[in-house]
Amino acid sequence: MGSRASSLLREEDIEEIKKETGFSHSQITRLYSRFHSLDKGENGALSREDFQRIPELAINPLGDRIINAFFPEGEDQVNFRGFMRTLAHFRPVEDNEKNKVLTPGEPLNSRINKLLFAFRLYDLDRDDKISREELLQVLRMMVGVNISDEQLGSIADRTIQEADTNGDMCISFNEFTKVLEKVDVEQKMSIRFLH
Amino acid sequence: MSNSTYLCLRAVFLVCFIHLLIQGLSADANVVQSPRNRLEPNLTGLPIVTFEWHHVQTPYLVIIWIFVAALAKLSVIELNHHVTSVIPESGMLIIVGFILGGMVWGADKAQTFKLLPTTFFFYLLPQIILDASYFMPNKLFFSNLGAILIYAIFGTCWNAATVGLSLWGCYEAGAMGNLDIGLLQFLLFGSLISAVDPVAVIAVFEEVHVNEVLFILVFGESLLNDGVTVVLYNVFDAFVALGGPRIDATEIFKGIFSFVVVAFGGSFLGVVFAILLSLLTRCTKHIQIIEAGFVFVMGYLAYLTAEMLSLSAILSITFCGVCCQKYVNSNMDEKSVTTVRHAMKVLANGSETMIFLFLGITAIDTEIWVWNTGFILLTLLFMFIYRIIGVFLFTWMLNKFRLVPIEVIDQVVMSYGGLRGAVAYGLAAMLDKEKIPEKNLMISTTLIVVYFTVIIQGITMKPLVQWLKVKRAAHSDLKLVEKVNNRAFDHILAAVEDICGRIGDNWWTRGWNRFEEKYICRILMKPKVRKNKDYLFNIFHKLNLEDAMNYVSEGERQGSLAFIRSDEAANIDFKKQYDSEFADVMPDIMGDMSNYEFGIENVSITSIVKDTIPSISRDIHGQDRKNAVDDINAHHLLQQHLYRSRKHHRHKYSRSHFGINQSEYEVQEIFQRTMRSRLESFKSAKMGVNPAKKITKHHKKDLTHQMSNGHPEGKDHLYGDEAGIENPAFMPDMESPTHSPPWLMETEMDMAVAPSQRAQRRLPWTPNRMRRLAPMRISTCSTDSFLMADVSLTLEEHEEQPQGDNEEM
Repeated sequence: MGSRASSLLREEDIEEIKKETGFSHSQITRLYSRFHSLDKGENGALSREDFQRIPELAINPLGDRIINAFFPEGEDQVNFRGFMRTLAHFRPVEDNEKNKVLTPGEPLNSRINKLLFAFRLYDLDRDDKISREELLQVLRMMVGVNISDEQLGSIADRTIQEADTNGDMCISFNEFTKVLEKVDVEQKMSIRFLH
Repeated sequence: MSNSTYLCLRAVFLVCFIHLLIQGLSADANVVQSPRNRLEPNLTGLPIVTFEWHHVQTPYLVIIWIFVAALAKLSVIELNHHVTSVIPESGMLIIVGFILGGMVWGADKAQTFKLLPTTFFFYLLPQIILDASYFMPNKLFFSNLGAILIYAIFGTCWNAATVGLSLWGCYEAGAMGNLDIGLLQFLLFGSLISAVDPVAVIAVFEEVHVNEVLFILVFGESLLNDGVTVVLYNVFDAFVALGGPRIDATEIFKGIFSFVVVAFGGSFLGVVFAILLSLLTRCTKHIQIIEAGFVFVMGYLAYLTAEMLSLSAILSITFCGVCCQKYVNSNMDEKSVTTVRHAMKVLANGSETMIFLFLGITAIDTEIWVWNTGFILLTLLFMFIYRIIGVFLFTWMLNKFRLVPIEVIDQVVMSYGGLRGAVAYGLAAMLDKEKIPEKNLMISTTLIVVYFTVIIQGITMKPLVQWLKVKRAAHSDLKLVEKVNNRAFDHILAAVEDICGRIGDNWWTRGWNRFEEKYICRILMKPKVRKNKDYLFNIFHKLNLEDAMNYVSEGERQGSLAFIRSDEAANIDFKKQYDSEFADVMPDIMGDMSNYEFGIENVSITSIVKDTIPSISRDIHGQDRKNAVDDINAHHLLQQHLYRSRKHHRHKYSRSHFGINQSEYEVQEIFQRTMRSRLESFKSAKMGVNPAKKITKHHKKDLTHQMSNGHPEGKDHLYGDEAGIENPAFMPDMESPTHSPPWLMETEMDMAVAPSQRAQRRLPWTPNRMRRLAPMRISTCSTDSFLMADVSLTLEEHEEQPQGDNEEM
């Protein structure tokens, strides 16, 4: 079970992942080798420690949050399918896809899903609202130690004010989408070298 | 503004003084030399003092010119502050050179002081290249090496060929009138004018901050294209000498083959010298006082040896510098490293100044000027056009293979940044007048081209860069929420790219790192150094040192060190130097921030300059203006404090200063915070396992310079953290020492010296190798801080805990 042969990728797996995520064959194999190199325990699944071993993540303010995003609710291991599913959000949007009529299952890397991914990074308790505390937490992570809490609080308040349209002092997903409609999310949330 | 008039007066005075000096010297330069001991036949008595000008003439002139160059640089820099910072320094130096040249010519009716090619190539150029390569960001360089080589080799060949052929075509079409010139000579001219010049590139790009990839591409290209330039120049020179009919396939093949030999031979020679240098520094433990000299000696030797073997000298010295930096910097004593850096900057700066100055002076010489409008204008035109075409063409090809494509804006800047400089002039001046009758025309054209690129393109580079970037950004002001989210997206993307394995994380890089770790470091590095090779540790160490220096100077500024004894005032803030752009908005922010407990040196600019404003502005601002002010505050506050993401450039190569990268503080902060939160989650996962004892008494050891060379002894140190980071928001449990994880120690709150904040950063912990780190204290001698471990005391208590951690992490 722990042998390397069993963790090699099989063709049917590749096909399934291709259908689900839209990555190409070569991209999947490349990402698989990366997955494999991260998986020090060689059990076909990544744990949080495997991610934490990547040194650049330690100096990324949102690094740990993103690591958490890979793991589904309550689980501590993510297999390759789950890995790819999360990464699929960052697949570049091809031009011919942008104008396509939406298929029944919207592709994972659509704009809505990218925004949803980001939204979920803020919204830890999954109540579909970014409360002031959650926003404060994220702001605190992204900002130097110079800013005091009061200042940060006022920034958070102002941010919510700009986005909040229904006055509940929280940012819902719709408000989030609306505020970011001018931002080129497709470009900002796409990994550039996965062409 | 009396300051500036004073400076102008001073400059004028200096200029007059120099004029007189030069007049005197050049007049005397023609005095017949008589040997010192031979007395005049009509001597009547014992001469007490004689004027022995001819005796000291040569070194005197050299030193005077160096002095003049330094003065020129001084006046240029002073002027630049007051006039505008529009013209790059190099341009201004050329203009000063014009003035000085005019003075010399006025005195002598001939240009006695010219930039001779030998002087330039042997005495002025090597130190600039050595400086550039010694401070080259290696990782960036090698990861973009493919692109750099493509631009250097194929780009230069393309430029040379197209410019030469086009000029020849135009000549045949009659655009230039009658010249005694042929196709080969055009190609020769094309090859010497096509080389992008490293000196000019550094000089201009230093003042324009472009992103690091773009900079390294242009800069790397300018360094590496010497291999091609030298070959092309020599090949066409030989062809011109051979004459047209005798060139056949073998000769052409030999030309191509010589490129391989020259380029790779030069690089290989440089690497050999780098190895020699590293080995040397490995053995210089007992003569630390002169080990700095080895760097310069070996570098220069590499240059001259390559020159002797007719290989590419610039490539040789480049690779010598690039390859040796890492080992030399770790092997040498810290003071020697500092010496080398400073000395290199001095030499490089000096050389650059002299080069530009003399480029200006040489212009004022009626002998060399041949004006041929067609030739000159066409050269400029073709040079420009073909550079643009070449860059776009090669980038298009490269982008198919690159992981991160080069954007269009960068390509535009790259094509505009193809500056020609003194190397082209040097090559032109070395042409043989016999073989190439139109030598003066070529020199004139080269000079015009150099002036055009350095002055005109230098002036317009900055506005161009700004204009291009502004055009791309959204015109509407972004709202706070958009700014926050933009930055968040950048971070997210960087993180996901790291997870996917970015550039550099491939088999080759990892393989090379492994190889280097195992074999090369063992040979080239001192054994002690190898063990302490933690990169982040070095940053930490540097920060400590800087911290201590700032600490003391801050204390002196405050009058005495007594200020540190009180807890409230102990918040010295050594972090971010705020950009001067915010300086004018600062008063508003200061007004609102004064009720917060910020450090003394919080806002360095305004606190020094506008000390009284804060209290006043708070009263002046009415309630109605408060909201607008708050809005601006919030935006600017956010702007300053948001951590930068990876795509904002972190590297800055500069001729005039070097320092720890600002963003490294950010990195430290983020790292520390991440580690803490990971620790929290780790601890909560392992419920209830905590060190029982609380360590309260850590006496400071009074160590006096146990680490004379700046490297810590041994590897078993435990590093801890100081309490006192003022923001409890993200550090919830610092009050209760019983929860401190293995390597966090509690400090006494009543310590005599409150540790400064920057030094409170915990030593970054490399996830792969769990090291025992010493508790860190700041004593008055901060270099001793990481020896102040009570290793035995702390080690036993946490014996079991770290073991468990080792396996988990």
